[in-house]
Amino acid sequence: MRKRFFHDNGWKGWLYLLPAILFLGVFLVYPLIDVWIYSFEEGYNSAAQTYFGIGSYNYSYVLHDPYFLQAVKNTFILVVITVPLSTGIALLISLGLNSIRPLKGLFQSVFFLPYVTNTLAIGLVFMILFKKTAYSDGMVNLLIHWFGGNSVDFMEGPYWAKMFVLCVYTVWVVMPFKILILTSALASVNQEYYNAARVDGTSSFRIFTRITLPMISPMIFYLVITGFIGAFKAYSDVVALFGTNLNAAGMNTMVGYIYDMLYGDSGGYPSYASAAAILLFVIVLTITCINLLIGRRKIDY
Amino acid sequence: MKVVLQNLTKVFPGRGRRAKKAVTAVGDFSYEIPDGKLIGLLGPSGCGKSTTLHLISGLQKPTSGRIFFGEEDVTDLPPEKRGIGLVFQNYALYPHLTVEQNILFPLQNFKGKDKLPKARMLEKAEEASRLVQIEDLMDRRPGELSGGQQQRVAIARALVKMPKVLLLDEPLSNLDARLRLQTREEIRRIQRETGITTIFVTHDQEEAMSISDQIVVMKEGNVQQTGKPQEVYDDPVNLFVARFLGTPPINVFVGHVQGSRLYIGADAVLGVAGVPDGEVYVGVRPEGFVPCKDGSLTCDLKGVEVMGRDTSLVLANEVSLNPVVRAIIGGDEPVDEKVQTVRFELKSGKVFLFDRETEKRLYFEGSRP
Repeated sequence: MRKRFFHDNGWKGWLYLLPAILFLGVFLVYPLIDVWIYSFEEGYNSAAQTYFGIGSYNYSYVLHDPYFLQAVKNTFILVVITVPLSTGIALLISLGLNSIRPLKGLFQSVFFLPYVTNTLAIGLVFMILFKKTAYSDGMVNLLIHWFGGNSVDFMEGPYWAKMFVLCVYTVWVVMPFKILILTSALASVNQEYYNAARVDGTSSFRIFTRITLPMISPMIFYLVITGFIGAFKAYSDVVALFGTNLNAAGMNTMVGYIYDMLYGDSGGYPSYASAAAILLFVIVLTITCINLLIGRRKIDY
Repeated sequence: MKVVLQNLTKVFPGRGRRAKKAVTAVGDFSYEIPDGKLIGLLGPSGCGKSTTLHLISGLQKPTSGRIFFGEEDVTDLPPEKRGIGLVFQNYALYPHLTVEQNILFPLQNFKGKDKLPKARMLEKAEEASRLVQIEDLMDRRPGELSGGQQQRVAIARALVKMPKVLLLDEPLSNLDARLRLQTREEIRRIQRETGITTIFVTHDQEEAMSISDQIVVMKEGNVQQTGKPQEVYDDPVNLFVARFLGTPPINVFVGHVQGSRLYIGADAVLGVAGVPDGEVYVGVRPEGFVPCKDGSLTCDLKGVEVMGRDTSLVLANEVSLNPVVRAIIGGDEPVDEKVQTVRFELKSGKVFLFDRETEKRLYFEGSRP
């Protein structure tokens, strides 16, 4: 066996793989296993590196923590609202972009800008739009006033107002990538299909539902799955909008909860963080599996 | 339904950055396609044959000229109002629909009083599928079919609403050689059975010659010659048509005429009364050579290819424009492969003279079949 290993130059293959294996092992595989182990070690002390015993107490604690439940609720609301909304709007915009000729490039760049803009910069822009300061109530409130409404405190006010800002922000941030993918998907549909449909007198609505939509459905499906995963991972956006004390604002997300458990002001509990991380993993895995099951039935060519 | 094209012209605006030169894809095309015939539009790539087809289908609008289906002027009608069936080069079958759904697709578009009950639609689809012999494949998807089967589905989809005119864009170019032979017979049969006026586009002269009632030879947007395939082959109007039709291609020599005699090189090969003196192009069909001991044309023998019933002589001649001269003679004539040169007499009906400048045909006594 050993002889063959050298004879076949197998060691060269391993040599080439070494950098990748090393990095993946140290930064991905080892932490993954470690998180799993941490999540079952009860009363782990990171300073002393000791623990009382092994069991499921960490999970029980996390699942009974009102902050965690709030974070789960926030994350689910965010996911359920933003994923379909952003995909739908992106599809509409892509269809529009695909059907105009003049200024197409300009509009494409405009719609793509948020993708390359710094998260914190976007956060600042949203501050100007929504935040109450000593001088103004924010641009959106100005508009509301203009139409005769009462101003709303979006950043520190009622829960639905904050959730509204977060959803608008998320939709706006994830849209450019979706538009990019969908416009290229639309452009790659062979023009002959449309010509064939035209010769047969197909109405534009039927062309859209019977030809365009099925043709780009693999891409839409891809966007929905990555959209779900991305939304479940939401954290930096929330920080950009509501600062780091998310639990107090009632706007924490699952990833935010994990981070707080590790390094936040109330942090220093890697076991709880690990348990929460494993729970997040289980939720994302379940939802992706459901997506795949539905997708396999719908997209079959 | 006869189709009449009147001075049909399509000019594409130039898009070149330096020279905005407009491109005439189809120039002043007038032709009447008789009812119930199979017409082949033939020409090299970029000659405007596909554009002509698109103009007839209505997918493109002509710059000028009119199109009539029967007595009706359809020039300004959109494609769906013209009652045409169009088969695309790559078939354009919807990959996510089954064969049956693909064939049903055009019928499901009918609205208002034209709307058919579901049972009637299925019946029509069934009928169309029987015509092209794919009734066993109705539940498959296009991806699961061979090229030839896809082609049939595409034809069935075009035929299902019983179009007045059937248009085929390079229908055989995506098939392998054997299937091509089979499918072109199939197209012929379907056309005969349905009696629908059919126009198809091809760059393969053999394909066009073998199944068309009439062919239209095009070059750079202009019609060169129209007529029955054999007539065009036997009586080409210019050098381009003569060279384009026929495999192996026609042999072209630079010759000259002096005192009503045609010279190829130094050999006086034929009496050509009625042609003025001067340099000419001489086209000789491969079957126009008759080996003969004291023949007038001398060529160097390079090789002999025996292909079944025919023997093809590969020859060389100093004034030939083609790299080799090919002569096809009957397979039973003995050929001595060791000889250096072969002498031929030429059949006057297989020899065409063309002007050196205009490349137009020059007729001499006995030059017409």
